[in-house]
Amino acid sequence: MKIYNGGPIIFGLVVFLGLATFPFYYNIGKANPKPEPKTDTPAIQEWEKQYGKKECVESKAYMRAEHMQLLNNWRDSVVRDGNRQYISNTSGKSFNMSLQNDCMHCHSNKKKFCDECHNYMAVKPYCWDCHIQPQEKEETKS
Amino acid sequence: MSMDRREFLKIAGISSILGLGASIASATDPIWQRSLTPPQVGPNKEALTAQHWAMVIDMSMFKTEEDFQKTISACHTIHNVPDFKNPDGSVDIKDQIKWIWKETYEHSFPDQENPYMEERLKEMPFLVLCNHCERPACVRVCPTKATFKRPDGIVMMDMHRCIGCRFCMAACPYGARSFNWRDPRPFIKDENKEYPTRTKGVVEKCTFCTERLAVGKIPACVEAAPKGGMFFGDLSDKNSEVRKLVETRYTIRRKSELGTGPSVYYLIGGNDHA
Repeated sequence: MKIYNGGPIIFGLVVFLGLATFPFYYNIGKANPKPEPKTDTPAIQEWEKQYGKKECVESKAYMRAEHMQLLNNWRDSVVRDGNRQYISNTSGKSFNMSLQNDCMHCHSNKKKFCDECHNYMAVKPYCWDCHIQPQEKEETKS
Repeated sequence: MSMDRREFLKIAGISSILGLGASIASATDPIWQRSLTPPQVGPNKEALTAQHWAMVIDMSMFKTEEDFQKTISACHTIHNVPDFKNPDGSVDIKDQIKWIWKETYEHSFPDQENPYMEERLKEMPFLVLCNHCERPACVRVCPTKATFKRPDGIVMMDMHRCIGCRFCMAACPYGARSFNWRDPRPFIKDENKEYPTRTKGVVEKCTFCTERLAVGKIPACVEAAPKGGMFFGDLSDKNSEVRKLVETRYTIRRKSELGTGPSVYYLIGGNDHA
């Protein structure tokens, strides 16, 4: 089989493949550090002192996998049904369903808690277009 | 490919069985059962409840400009309502966001304007806000149900659903709705950290302070208004203050001839008049 203008075509293909796979070569051996969300805020430490353990609204595994679904359900419950109290399946404790006033009261470290994973996964939730995020001190990188 | 009748029926039968199986499987999938229902969720214990929230405003109690400004700013500060000002201090009417504001008599009650009328009334400024209509036109036109009527009579906004089509603004006969043409964040002087702001591209309005009712407080404007200026309560409750006022005094409502059934009543006479 003969390719007309084979030389430039093959050269072009090689260049294209080189460019398309460049990100892979470029990042070889440079694994992104695993995200490590921090739960060491004053409010959480206070909670730990009071109840003897760190606990969220639901179990850690559930929160990690389902927090988006939970937040959506909370939103609908509060805004549309006017139901603001949530009883945990895990601990039986009652929580006020409020992202700004309740979630972020404990997790006042948005940068090291929310953004840590969201940036790693390249997801951009638009919560903070309206909801006011807690004020954080600029952390100095050591 | 050719297929005889028997072959076709076999395939059709198997597919429908598979289809039914899948629909049963998906019906038991937890994802469809996740929406929160009582008793897992419920209202706050201290929440104020009613069948039909309503407001009575006695305009004669608002005597000075300060009375108006105090009431308006009480609302606008706690709800993070932006104050759009251009660098030169001018304001584009289009940008303006208002939940509760001062309006002239002829703009508030265009249907009641007579060529010759009591001077006092003609000059009287009115405090206007969303009327939380019994048959709200905005709710009928909203394509996403972002604005909806709660069982307690409040016409509520779900900002998460608003797509910014502004049908509700066209439908509302009271001009009670404002659109965020610009990002409101930079124009909020002191953010109330306990209440969200809005974002560019959504419509907003007064919500009768649902977030305050939920914790047992009356609306902020009623609290800040001069004594006896504003009343808030359950209109369906015979013993409520608002019901008694409406039954014993002469009140007017804005554009009630349109059939929207506004829930904000105005007393115009003052005590000696009624």
